[in-house]
Amino acid sequence: MSLMHDIDFTLNGVRRSATVRVDMSALDMLRDVVGLTGTKYGCGEGECGACTVLVDGLSVNSCLMFAVDCDGREVVTIEGLVEDPASTRAAALRDAFVGHGAVQCGFCTPGMMVQASHLLDKHPHADEAGIKRGIEGNICRCTGYKKIVDAIVDVSRQERGAGK
Amino acid sequence: MNVAEKTRFIERDSLIGKRIVKMDAPEKIEGKTRYIHDISLPGQLHGKILRSARVHARIKCIDVSAARALPGVHAVITAADLPHQRPIGVARDHFPLKGDKVRSQRDEIAAVAADTEEIATQALKLIKVEYEDLPILSDPRDALRPGAVLIHPEPQFAGAGQEQLKKGAPVAYTGKSDNVAMRFDYGHGDVAQGEAESDVVVEDTFQLHYVTHCCMGVSGIIAEFDASGNLLMYSNTQVPFLHKREFADYLDMDPARIRIIQPPIGGGFGSKLDIYPFEVICVFLAKAARRPVKLLFTREEEFLASPTRQPVLLTLRSGCKKDGTLTFRQVNTLHDNGAYTSWGATTPFVMMQTFSSLYRVPHCDYHTVAVYTNNPYAGSFRGYGNLQATFAIEQHMDMLAEAIGMDPFEFRLKNAQEAGEVTGQGMSFKSCGFKDCLNTVATRSDYQGKRKANEAQQKAPGAIKRGIGMASMLHVGGGAKIYPSDGCGTILKLDDFAHVTLITGASEIGQGSETVLSQLVCEELGLPMSAVTVVNNDTAITPWDVGVHASRTTFIAGNSAIGAAKKAKIKILAAAAKKFECAESDLDLRGGWVIKAGTGEALIDLPRLLRSLHFTDKAELVMTTFYYEPPSVHQDKGYKGDVSAAYAWATQAVEVEVDTETGIVRMVKVTAAHDVGRVLNRLGIEGQIEGGMVMGQGYALTENLMIENGVMKNPNFRDYKLVTAPEIPEMDISFIESMDGEGPQGAKGVGEAPAICIAAATANAIYNATGVRMFGLPFTPERVYRALHGEAEKLSWKPQ
Repeated sequence: MSLMHDIDFTLNGVRRSATVRVDMSALDMLRDVVGLTGTKYGCGEGECGACTVLVDGLSVNSCLMFAVDCDGREVVTIEGLVEDPASTRAAALRDAFVGHGAVQCGFCTPGMMVQASHLLDKHPHADEAGIKRGIEGNICRCTGYKKIVDAIVDVSRQERGAGK
Repeated sequence: MNVAEKTRFIERDSLIGKRIVKMDAPEKIEGKTRYIHDISLPGQLHGKILRSARVHARIKCIDVSAARALPGVHAVITAADLPHQRPIGVARDHFPLKGDKVRSQRDEIAAVAADTEEIATQALKLIKVEYEDLPILSDPRDALRPGAVLIHPEPQFAGAGQEQLKKGAPVAYTGKSDNVAMRFDYGHGDVAQGEAESDVVVEDTFQLHYVTHCCMGVSGIIAEFDASGNLLMYSNTQVPFLHKREFADYLDMDPARIRIIQPPIGGGFGSKLDIYPFEVICVFLAKAARRPVKLLFTREEEFLASPTRQPVLLTLRSGCKKDGTLTFRQVNTLHDNGAYTSWGATTPFVMMQTFSSLYRVPHCDYHTVAVYTNNPYAGSFRGYGNLQATFAIEQHMDMLAEAIGMDPFEFRLKNAQEAGEVTGQGMSFKSCGFKDCLNTVATRSDYQGKRKANEAQQKAPGAIKRGIGMASMLHVGGGAKIYPSDGCGTILKLDDFAHVTLITGASEIGQGSETVLSQLVCEELGLPMSAVTVVNNDTAITPWDVGVHASRTTFIAGNSAIGAAKKAKIKILAAAAKKFECAESDLDLRGGWVIKAGTGEALIDLPRLLRSLHFTDKAELVMTTFYYEPPSVHQDKGYKGDVSAAYAWATQAVEVEVDTETGIVRMVKVTAAHDVGRVLNRLGIEGQIEGGMVMGQGYALTENLMIENGVMKNPNFRDYKLVTAPEIPEMDISFIESMDGEGPQGAKGVGEAPAICIAAATANAIYNATGVRMFGLPFTPERVYRALHGEAEKLSWKPQ
């Protein structure tokens, strides 16, 4: 039987605790213990980016992070990102993804959104090539990436236009 | 209330050709969409499958006692527990749980249902299997040699005393004395005569490799029996109604007691067209455990146990006259079927259309055989054999052109099909924008100018060489008559707020069917997109449809949706005509109103009219149904005749940079022109074409499922290289609107088309850059480097 461990962390702005198996990934904790299913399992090996979340402001493949390592940290999932009323960027990204047709089957999309948000956070002046590099770790099998890149470029331009 | 209203006029506004956003995009973006992975039922158990540790072996014994004794385990099943197991698959040669032999690495031996995934995994480790190894057949070229290892030599009976065929699926597989899974033989004209008339003949062997779908959402199913013994499956299938019927056969159940719900699907691309062992096994687990069972693959399992695109060895002889007229084509192909037969074995059916009818070929001869091996088995995959056929045909078009000193574009134009043509195979092209596709791509990419300039630079100094290559394709675009029906049903319901519920048999796998079908309905009824809710995922509610495959949904389900909407419109206008004492033809629907057709004057808003219909003595609800079956027929036994109501055409030019020092090929730009009949949703169709082209790029350059002696060497995204964002080419896409007479608003299917030409065009581009021709895929740096340095691998195969 697996060892269990109590952790205490902030999830999407709300402090909470959880009891998790020591060998459990942060992804499994989010999906199976907390019940937030917006973060997706794509490969379990950190290769596809479908499970991307923010941990202390950094984008992380949650399948590669142990749940116990969330202890004391601030975790933001797709649910927290889009529900944050203060985040004009998340709303702009959402509208741009819709408007540019960046979504088909949608399975990579939550991870792509989190990564795009993080990318613009760290590199507000990224050009198209930089944006492509920034989402290199997120695999999409449907769209051919072009419309995803167009959407992020659009938001980046809007933000710079707004003097950010 | 009698407020004097100002007369309102509503301008005509069409949705066709607009950029319509995908209806389910917001919830997908926000992570709110519940895929099968996100669904949990109360009391649900978790299923896991034990797969073979060997490639080809006799199973001597399976001991599951320790697994059964593990706390938290509710059921463990093997073939011995399922005396009523029946063979599944296209040739009914595949028992879901293997009792006597394993024939490939993926083979299912036992399955467990447990309280948690961890316990199920632990239980698998406690199952002991003893094997006796058998010789492995992994090279399809060996499969037909005398004395070859046989894959299915003995009859297989699922259980003792089961020899009798019961109703439904066969309970046994009779076995085969050779390794032939399927053969196709096709011909028109007289190839010998064609060859005699030829000034030039070329012959080459091409090799097409293993690739797989890599849907981002891994495979999964949830199965549950209710108290009355009815089966409910949450499934990712692309063919729910065929599935329902086939499951009834396999389970010996009344189909009426099987219900399939399709949660939103994380990618299909053809991978979900057949019934697979994991689905049947999960149902058996649910039955044994008397609880709902959810079974999800890991990514590794997705690689190991999903169908692949079929690997093909292909020998092609082609001839032409000096003036550029094609004379004949002779093709032999060998398909590696793998250990069991799924749809991959039937891809020659599509390939022969390209051989016989992409260009005018007076004499054509095609023989193919799909052979059993101990390799992974092949299924259907976007393009369905056409990537393989086009790879060979379109390289030969360049080679023939070069042999007679003609520009490859001019050579194609000379032999290209036109509208009105009936081909040697009997396919009739009612709408055909092929020549427009060729001309558009040649002009927009400056194909002829660049080709000459690149060729002149081949021997110039510098490691980086630039090349341009062209390829074209023909694919079904109006359904595909491979089942007794190719139709789709629609139920349309208008409520008293003029909100439409569109209930369609068509499945949504991310391609945007729900949006385009709503758009077609709104166009008929003069409503905004926001007025529609789509129900498309429950066999208990939706009308019959053959499934999402063969680029058919826009065409077939689109015509069906339009049919239902037209009937609703007739009902509404008849009621309005009565009310306003005029003829129906004087009225129309626009902007949510009944209007005067001539002036656009708004007469009554639709909700008010609809309410007035049912709040009366002779109450009526506006509900309609429609079933659309395209006007295509089955081909005859010699494969002559039409298979689709319409055909899609495309030309693509690929520009590459080849680093001759490293062998790295960079795809710089793709210029594409697609005859799509008519653009319905511009945003959606661009997405289909961009995504398809990048999938074709992966097929050409990076994706390669490596199988050695039947063992998959790279079942993960690290070693199986999908294209990522920085690698995508610049894309220039043009649409040729040939306005198909049968198509919904003139449209034809497009889903598969964009993936088909890329590999062939890339091969031609590499040749243009370097003067070296590549006959085998994929164009990895090592393969290209070796070819550039005179060490190209020899592709030896002689058809038998």
